[in-house]
Amino acid sequence: MNPSDFHVTRTSAVTKIAVVCGAIALIILILAPYWAGRADMRLMGELFLYLALASLWNLMAGYAGLVSVGQQAYVGFGGYMLFALTIFGGVHPVGAIVIAGVLGALIAVPVALLIFRLRGAYFAIGTWVIAEVFRLSFAQVSALGGGSGSSLPVGIVRSLAESRSGREHLSYWLALASAVIVIASVFFFLRTRNGLALSAIRDNELAAGSLGIDIWRTKFVVYIVTAALTAMIGALIFLQKLRISPDAAFSVNDWTAFVIFIVVIGGIGTIEGPIIGTLLFFALRETLADQGTIYLMVLGAVAIVIMLKAPNGLWGLIRSRFDLELFPLSYRVKIDTSKEKD
Amino acid sequence: MEWLNAVVQGTLLGGLYALFAAGLSLIFGVMRLVNIAHGDLIVLGAYLGLTVTIILGLHPLLALVIVVPAMALIGYVLQRGILNHTLGKDILPPLLVTFGLSVIIQNALLETYSADPQKMNAGALETASLSAGGLSVGILPLLTFGIAIAVIASLQWVFYRTALGRAFRATSDNQEIAQLMGLNRRHIFGLAMALALGVTAIAGIMLGIRTSFDPSIGGGRLIFGFEAVIIGGLGNLWGTLVGGVILGVAQTIGAKIDPGWQLLAGHITFLVILAFKPNGLFPRINE
Amino acid sequence: MAEPILKLGDLDAFYGDFQALYGVDLDVAPGEVLAIIGANGAGKTTLMRSISGLSQNAAEMVQYRGEAIGALRADQVAEKGIALVPEGRQLFPSLSVEENLIIGGQIGRKGPWALDAVYKLFPILKERRHQQSTSLSGGQQQMVAIGRALMANPDLILFDEISLGLAPIIIKDIYAALPGIIGEGMSALIVEQDITKALSVSQRFYCLQEGRVSLEGASATVAREDISRAYFGVE
Repeated sequence: MNPSDFHVTRTSAVTKIAVVCGAIALIILILAPYWAGRADMRLMGELFLYLALASLWNLMAGYAGLVSVGQQAYVGFGGYMLFALTIFGGVHPVGAIVIAGVLGALIAVPVALLIFRLRGAYFAIGTWVIAEVFRLSFAQVSALGGGSGSSLPVGIVRSLAESRSGREHLSYWLALASAVIVIASVFFFLRTRNGLALSAIRDNELAAGSLGIDIWRTKFVVYIVTAALTAMIGALIFLQKLRISPDAAFSVNDWTAFVIFIVVIGGIGTIEGPIIGTLLFFALRETLADQGTIYLMVLGAVAIVIMLKAPNGLWGLIRSRFDLELFPLSYRVKIDTSKEKD
Repeated sequence: MEWLNAVVQGTLLGGLYALFAAGLSLIFGVMRLVNIAHGDLIVLGAYLGLTVTIILGLHPLLALVIVVPAMALIGYVLQRGILNHTLGKDILPPLLVTFGLSVIIQNALLETYSADPQKMNAGALETASLSAGGLSVGILPLLTFGIAIAVIASLQWVFYRTALGRAFRATSDNQEIAQLMGLNRRHIFGLAMALALGVTAIAGIMLGIRTSFDPSIGGGRLIFGFEAVIIGGLGNLWGTLVGGVILGVAQTIGAKIDPGWQLLAGHITFLVILAFKPNGLFPRINE
Repeated sequence: MAEPILKLGDLDAFYGDFQALYGVDLDVAPGEVLAIIGANGAGKTTLMRSISGLSQNAAEMVQYRGEAIGALRADQVAEKGIALVPEGRQLFPSLSVEENLIIGGQIGRKGPWALDAVYKLFPILKERRHQQSTSLSGGQQQMVAIGRALMANPDLILFDEISLGLAPIIIKDIYAALPGIIGEGMSALIVEQDITKALSVSQRFYCLQEGRVSLEGASATVAREDISRAYFGVE
């Protein structure tokens, strides 16, 4: 076989089909205000926000090996920044979302410097301590309602759009955009040099170090970027809720437990995993949510079983059976079959 | 005098935190497992204590006779049934599985006992106190502190003076070679978790006598225990007691300044120590 | 020949994902000292791991006193009476010298070996018994490792590269002590890079090359050139 008979590529027929299907789906989703009901749009908006949170958590835990159980710190921080900036700074809500991201990155720097001293599982609990510090600190700020929280003034809500449906459409599109932006950022980040370094770290930290990859710096960058994007999503979440309180903003169940289940069930360390996980999570929630505590116990049990029996999640099962990859990340060797008979 | 009082109360509170931490420290020492469900298991211990006191009409301290072995059994079964399957080089499985366990335990307690705060009734013990030179010290906090010292001394003795402790240390050093000595590490880990949850049962009952509790408070207890372990230094049981005391004193002094500052002062003290002494004050294990 | 104490039949074994042994047949007679020689990567360590239960295989591939033990865990194999002196000594650093020895005997098999007997064999260990095992010299650590295996009173003892990383004079001492150790009616399997040493203490030898037995025979009579051919695979 000549060297020219095969080439290395990332794309395959499946990824090309996936791009086309994805584009069509995206157009349909963008047009949702014209075909979906008010409740459906609300649900989809929430779904997109969870998808974004899950993709970010997956980037940290699945690729960078930074398992955090304290991402609610940045969700709540973003939410509170939205309230503070719009109420006291007179900033337009959309501008406040962007600024919340910048502030999230800034606050994440000293946090990372501290908790990066903890290894592995202790890092995880350290992130939780940070989230508690955030929660307790914001509960001390009486201007933002202290422990009982506050609501977004009507004037600020109106500044988004005059009509109720106008506001609903805008927040739907913002949620959709955040999911698309996060997934696209994760995808393109993983294709950069730093992204490849991440995969190298995940596969073998020692080997990655000996290849001259600065592991600490790469993890640091991932942590900061994730914090910024998580804070922006947090701002968006509380722009939809219109009310914020320390317990809701820094809830470990809402912003970390559910997100972890989504990623674990869908498949950690893949871009597709969080997407499948989010769809499944919402399907489960919509059918079982009135079971309350039972539903949560089932969720916990499913996550444990998946972790023990199929650690690569549902997407891992699908991929190993059909050798699929919707997002072209790994390289494949293609043999040019037309020349093979030579 | 008020400040001195705060320091004394905080020190005694530290005994409770050391009890929270001892099980966590033991498990990490033997199998490098960090159990996210640890706080919920403490709360489970409290609820088991409550159930025993109500059904059998026992004093909470007597309930220990039943709850400690019950929790130890739960620990052994949990370890052999689930947690042993998560141990390996990858830290994700144990972390996520114990996280799932945490959610399950919390919601099972919610389902069984509702979200209403509960408390164990220890009778006169709760209000009895000693007075000396203007200081008033509750008997219960004093007892808790004494139990913490006794528990840590016993764990220390088990670890360094018994065949079981030798097996723990050998397995912790090198699992494969320990197997060659005829030690089945799955069984050894099961015993370690049994011992840890026995201690956790004591922690749960002392917690349940001291304050009211509900199914949601596990996370907070995990964090206190974790902070005590890190402040004291990984793998050092006496260090864990010191860590608990530092945390307790920081909290009572914080509360003295402003009631809203109690928990915050504890966390901030922890973060400051982490910043200057990342391996804790008295580290044993170099990770 | 008497019924073998250990018999490997068509043993295929893996080191991680790689197959390291291909159809190895081998037997050890009671009281016999057998040497396993071979270059790095020939499969010697995998052989030791397979016998001791650190890697599991199909049960019937490893037979001990007529019992299929290939699928047992290491702790179960140890209880049957097989002890391993692992490559690189691998003492327990958190245990003192004496605790290392005691834990070796904690299976509770009856026999001549106890703390006193080990201290008689290696008197220096008695002086050092309360020290941390890692504070000893390499040679002394090797004595602890050998003593630890003896404490289990095994019927079959496996020595994996006991001369590795030790000074020649220490190696000489340890090999001088070996007949006294094995003389108590034990069988032994010695894996060794130093062919001369291995042949001098053994009755028979097997040579491994790329996972297969390339030569076997009596240690006293084998020709040097046959060994180097079997060892390096040079024709």
